[in-house]
Amino acid sequence: MLRFVIRRMLIAVPTLLILIVISFFLMQLAPGGPFTSERVLPPQVLANIQAKYGLDQSLWMQLWTYVSDIVFHLDFGPSYQYKDRSVNDIIAQGFPVTLTYGTISFVVAVVVGVSFGVMAAIRHNTRLDYAAVGFTFAAQSLPNFVMAPILVIIFTWQLGWLPGGGWNGGQWQYLVMPVIALSTSYMASIARITRSSMLEVLNSNFIRTARAKGLPDRTIIWRHAMKPTMMPVVSYLGPAFVGMITGSVVIDMYFSTGGIGRSFVNSALNRDYSVMLGLTILYGALTIIFNLVADVLYAWLDPKIRY
Amino acid sequence: MGMVHDIEQVDRIAEKLAEAEQIKGRSLWQDAMGRFFHNKAAVGSLIILGLVLLFSLIGPAFAVWSNEEIDWARMGDIALEGRPSIATGHYFGLDDLGRDLFARTIQATRTSLMVGVIGSLVAVLIGTLYGAVSGFVGGWVDGLMMRTVDILIAVPYMFVIILLLVIFERSLFMLFVGIGILSWLDMSRIVRGQTLSLKNREFIEAARAAGVGWFVIVRRHIVPNLLGVVVVYATLLVPGMIMTESFISFLGLGVQEPNTSLGALISEGSGTILRGTLWQLFVPLFFFLTIIISLFFIGDGLRDALDPKDR
Repeated sequence: MLRFVIRRMLIAVPTLLILIVISFFLMQLAPGGPFTSERVLPPQVLANIQAKYGLDQSLWMQLWTYVSDIVFHLDFGPSYQYKDRSVNDIIAQGFPVTLTYGTISFVVAVVVGVSFGVMAAIRHNTRLDYAAVGFTFAAQSLPNFVMAPILVIIFTWQLGWLPGGGWNGGQWQYLVMPVIALSTSYMASIARITRSSMLEVLNSNFIRTARAKGLPDRTIIWRHAMKPTMMPVVSYLGPAFVGMITGSVVIDMYFSTGGIGRSFVNSALNRDYSVMLGLTILYGALTIIFNLVADVLYAWLDPKIRY
Repeated sequence: MGMVHDIEQVDRIAEKLAEAEQIKGRSLWQDAMGRFFHNKAAVGSLIILGLVLLFSLIGPAFAVWSNEEIDWARMGDIALEGRPSIATGHYFGLDDLGRDLFARTIQATRTSLMVGVIGSLVAVLIGTLYGAVSGFVGGWVDGLMMRTVDILIAVPYMFVIILLLVIFERSLFMLFVGIGILSWLDMSRIVRGQTLSLKNREFIEAARAAGVGWFVIVRRHIVPNLLGVVVVYATLLVPGMIMTESFISFLGLGVQEPNTSLGALISEGSGTILRGTLWQLFVPLFFFLTIIISLFFIGDGLRDALDPKDR
């Protein structure tokens, strides 16, 4: 197992480095330097600014400084737009917010999705099953940017129960809509995958044997069927995580939760390249780390994987 | 079993054979077509999608206002006077700036459908060739090509598309290319798997024995045989592309004014909910969901029709 984890990490680390290097060079391709503005700066001033940010050095030197600062000091450098804020400040301020509702959404999607799927499979071809299938189909075509305004119409505009946005230290009223908007479509996918996987498992020989032994249903489901059922679900967790992390940008924008998503979009609109680059790398790193975890989990679940 | 019985049976079989000869053979595709057209949901979706397409093509003929005109007389109070109405000629109402939503929706539907189709074509083209070459050549080339895909697939591509859009100026072309070149990864994996199972078949061996080069074998013999899988996957790719584009446009980073897409319209509409102009959200949302859902059903139908596993 340890060998497998190490081998997977040997892929993850270069992936992350490649992501950093590619993003860095993409940024260099961008037209105009970070300090080209309509107001022409005196050459001496420009040179001073460039020296301050290390832009007068060779490209390779800049790349090395950038990568080593991130790798050794977790320092993403300064923002080019806001003189008094570094990329680290922006991350420190927004990331806890995104992480909070993101984690809750992920857990909700997995727990509710799996329970729905298992219930639908156990009660195969009953009304509950049909309702679950109908719901999952509808919910899958409702991405977060569709869910969010619909939720606001219902809960803020019509019923007036929940605030239409904001964060307020993460009070539950402010969490409800972001979590529902972010998790619904993934919850639906997880439910669908769990259901079909469970149905397949329940039809297999070892379950028939377990039934023949006279084991109670509950033992069969939990002790025998659950583990193989989870395998396709676990392999979907990676893509689901990527989707939710991407979706968090919409949540941060639409609900003004104050997470890093808004900083990302603003940096894209303002061409604040260093912030954009730093956040892209952060999002990428999260994805890569999570994929690693999901792979290890999968290897643990699937006895066929030899490592 | 008596003799007479056997003869009777032989006669019956002979009759059946004679009948069978008169029946024309059906090709794989005819078979699949038959199955597809028996699927009510898929056929219904195909018709609905056709209607949406027709609407986006001939809709302008019915529009009273163009997509750029501003209705100055009504833009002062959009919540009240900008409602959808036949009398004013604004069938879908006004948007937030006083433009006709009917014309804007047509424009948006066109953009979204175009992104879906062109993006998928790019993805299909790159993915099929990449996967087919990787699977067919095999060895270390395959290993290298597939590890590259493994690495790229772990990158959250939405952010890279946005990065590309910001760096290379936001344009419709860049959006098509960005979405297309980053969505071929799954396609290449699927195609590679199929190629691996194809490449040891007799007809490939025959081609090789005849001295055909590997690229020609890939192009002439492997790729046509992959068509079923590719068609199914491409259909399922289109709604994904439309969603991606809508996502980016929702954030305000996609298509730019005066052009628009369904995502951009949804974004505008969702920003003005509290003013009570719900049609600004629901009109584009209706078209968006109609397109997405019908594409899902069509893709499902095609999968059922073409997937060899379910036969």
